[in-house]
Amino acid sequence: MEHTLASLAEEQHVGGGRKEIYRVTIILSVLTALELGLGFAMMYMEYESLERHLFKGIILILMLAKAFYIVGYFMHLKHEIRNMVMTIVVPLFLFVWFIIAFLSDGNSFRNNKNKWDRDHKERSLQQMPVKEEGTHKLE
Amino acid sequence: MATTATTPRMWNGGRSPFNLEYGKLMMWYFLMSDAFTFGAFLISYGTTRFATNGWPNPNKVFEKAPFIGGGFPLVYVSFMTFVLIISSVTMVLAVHEGHKMNRKGVVKYLILTIIGGLIFLGSQAWEWTHLYMEGAWWGRNPFPNYDGTISTTNFTNFFFTITGFHGFHVFSGVVINIIMLIMTLKGTFDKRGHYLMIEKAGLYWHFVDLVWVFVFTCFYLV
Repeated sequence: MEHTLASLAEEQHVGGGRKEIYRVTIILSVLTALELGLGFAMMYMEYESLERHLFKGIILILMLAKAFYIVGYFMHLKHEIRNMVMTIVVPLFLFVWFIIAFLSDGNSFRNNKNKWDRDHKERSLQQMPVKEEGTHKLE
Repeated sequence: MATTATTPRMWNGGRSPFNLEYGKLMMWYFLMSDAFTFGAFLISYGTTRFATNGWPNPNKVFEKAPFIGGGFPLVYVSFMTFVLIISSVTMVLAVHEGHKMNRKGVVKYLILTIIGGLIFLGSQAWEWTHLYMEGAWWGRNPFPNYDGTISTTNFTNFFFTITGFHGFHVFSGVVINIIMLIMTLKGTFDKRGHYLMIEKAGLYWHFVDLVWVFVFTCFYLV
């Protein structure tokens, strides 16, 4: 048993290497820097504007790219056997349906509530009293 | 005989068809289930956010950082993100040294990983304390929406629940890494003849980093 484990450890040593680690580190840092750059740029955009939504979309794509590099290279999934990768990745595709179904559900809930519950709409238009710096601290 | 000499007969028994050790495979399946847990949290956050009129501006909420004060949105959380990425890199390097059966290298990189995790936890503790002092907590939200309207407590509830759940994962990851460090120092893995245990701990640690990628994007950027 011990021998097979040791040989497994040997066999798994495909891909990787320091060079690949450093390359992925740089890619991840660049992607994060890009995300932050977009985040800073978004501060100067109008709330709920089209370009702001566009930037949000780009940030989400960059997020998925980062996830790919972490799972693929740091967690070594890219160098595993295809059958095994599929047992992990295929179930996660459920998230595609989750995201579409639940977000559109939330959206229609808000629309319906705004349409049929007058109070709700009016309440959500009330301005919050502006507080002086420091006065809202717990004491 | 369908198999040729070049394709190994994976399903004929005598070896793992996935070419993975049992514990590592089970760690993968655990992480998949954990991904569903975090995914459920984040999707409920998204659903609630879509169902709410208005939402607080993260650049106004998270604009403070220690030592430099207020007015610096994204700065502190970028620091936390980079700390976690770098600690993930040192963990890969620890696994890499483990392949080479280099105990000293494993110890060095494990210590660096633990330090990174502790810095992250400390940063999160600072941020939570700061937000608590501002009046934010579960059920309390002092921050107005983007347009200055009254906000709901959804924002703080989800923020503290999800970053708290992630922080708890970081904490348990640090504990696991400390146990790995002790086992490495005692020479347990040298006696076993392989450092597969470091790889399993590494998988968990990378997953923690992975979740932060999503949490960071959903709460601070988008």
